[in-house]
Amino acid sequence: MTAVLPSRTARPDRPVGGRLIDQFEYGLDAPICLTWELTYACNLACAHCLSSSGRRDPNELSTAEAEAVIDELQRMQVFYVNVGGGEPTVRPDFWHLLDYAIGHDVGVKFSTNGIKLDKTRAAQLARTDYVDVQISLDGATAEVNDRVRGAGSYATAIRALENLAEAGMKDFKVSVVVTRENAGQLDAFKELTDSFGAQLRITRLRPSGRGADVWDQLHPTQAQQRELYNWLLANGVGVLTGDSFFHLSAFGEALPGLNLCGAGRVVCLIDPVGDVYACPFAIHENFLAGNVRDEGGFQRVWQQSELFADLRNPQTGGACTKCAHFDACRGGCMAAKFFTGLPLDGPDPECVQGYGESALAARDLELVTPRSHIDHSHSGPVRGQPTLLGIPSIPSKICDESPLAGLDLR
Amino acid sequence: MTAAVTPVEPPAEVAFDPARPWRRARSVALRPEPFGALVYHFGNRKLSFLKSKTLVAVVEALADHSSANATLAACGVTEAQHPAYVKALADLARSQMIEPNPEGTP
Ligand code: SF4
Ligand code: SF4
Repeated sequence: MTAVLPSRTARPDRPVGGRLIDQFEYGLDAPICLTWELTYACNLACAHCLSSSGRRDPNELSTAEAEAVIDELQRMQVFYVNVGGGEPTVRPDFWHLLDYAIGHDVGVKFSTNGIKLDKTRAAQLARTDYVDVQISLDGATAEVNDRVRGAGSYATAIRALENLAEAGMKDFKVSVVVTRENAGQLDAFKELTDSFGAQLRITRLRPSGRGADVWDQLHPTQAQQRELYNWLLANGVGVLTGDSFFHLSAFGEALPGLNLCGAGRVVCLIDPVGDVYACPFAIHENFLAGNVRDEGGFQRVWQQSELFADLRNPQTGGACTKCAHFDACRGGCMAAKFFTGLPLDGPDPECVQGYGESALAARDLELVTPRSHIDHSHSGPVRGQPTLLGIPSIPSKICDESPLAGLDLR
Repeated sequence: MTAAVTPVEPPAEVAFDPARPWRRARSVALRPEPFGALVYHFGNRKLSFLKSKTLVAVVEALADHSSANATLAACGVTEAQHPAYVKALADLARSQMIEPNPEGTP
């Protein structure tokens, strides 16, 4: 199966001047949102892991290869990278690579479940410039968090937050994936984050990796999306969202953040084995542009791959271009459409106009949604395994209600 | 060109006076892009964009001239464009992407 990219005119010339966002559609000489997943190994087994992480890949980039990537990023003037995994801190050379990157003008923002952030590491991080830490937390209470991330994971995250705050770390983040189960806890997340002097970051659940298995059950309802939109309008300035919620702009006002799909344009992923994908949420062969181990390295992949050239054009055809909200919403998230089996030039599955739900309902019953062949999930039972995993996923229907309806999760 | 990764004390905010000498801030790097440049401040980690190649040339040439006005003239900025460029430079001064040049002689 080949990717059916949204219809675009044949590589039009970049316009001169105009809005920055229109320039971004044509791509940049180097990414501004580069995610680098250092390992597929993880101590947890979160039900919605975007990269299906768990086991280390034996083909992981070596320390020397990772250093070479950093050298290249420095040459390309990629001023910072978002480091993730898997759990990046379980790589024995993680702290070395962190120092190496910072020493080469590549700042690091890393995401962690907090497992290694004891008092000593917290103090070390507080002393280091150009490092940002974000702790993943998907429930403002242990009950809601641990159902998705696994027993004990809430306590681990809170301990890490306490250690960072105590060490005097500045600007660390609490990173939340909004789900049907925690959407009512936004104020509680804000309070919790404020109590540590941290900043809140909330992102969208996408049906990527193991997220595909639980998306029907966990993605926010239409009503929750509306509440989320209102909440972001009221609280948005102090809350980070990346490019998560621009599809909600179709409710009316544009939200702060990156308001376009930057995949292959300003966004990309380097995975633990050096494969370069258009986006961290698009680990699938259709979005694989090359490998940093190839001749010419990352720079050549970024600047010359066919796939990225195809993505670097404005979308001109498809149902969404006729929608009154297209300029704000731009048809939403490519990965969300792809992994739910929807056409890439049509509406987002969470289209706030409801076109996504009808498109999902109209999917062919025989349709097998695309799956990634990259899966590093733990093969046996994991200590503290999320309880959500035991529950069979419920097929999506238009009238789909939360399986937990009636439970007060606040 | 690389900016040294050394922590900088945030300087006190200075009003932008185009009659005075300026320079690209020492902890700022410019990355050329097809439409202009990306600007990165290693101190406050702010990202910004210069949306025209002339503006990129102006920012790079600031340190060679006795004032911002002289730089604009040297880079071929017309009278008509002058106010827009002064405003762009004032924005850059506010976000500490350019700073007063103590070595310049107004
Ligand atoms: S595919 Fe989705 S997550 Fe990836 S860059 Fe586009 S909008 Fe963002
Ligand atoms: S139809 Fe497309 S552009 Fe319009 S709101 Fe829905 S997803 Fe966005």
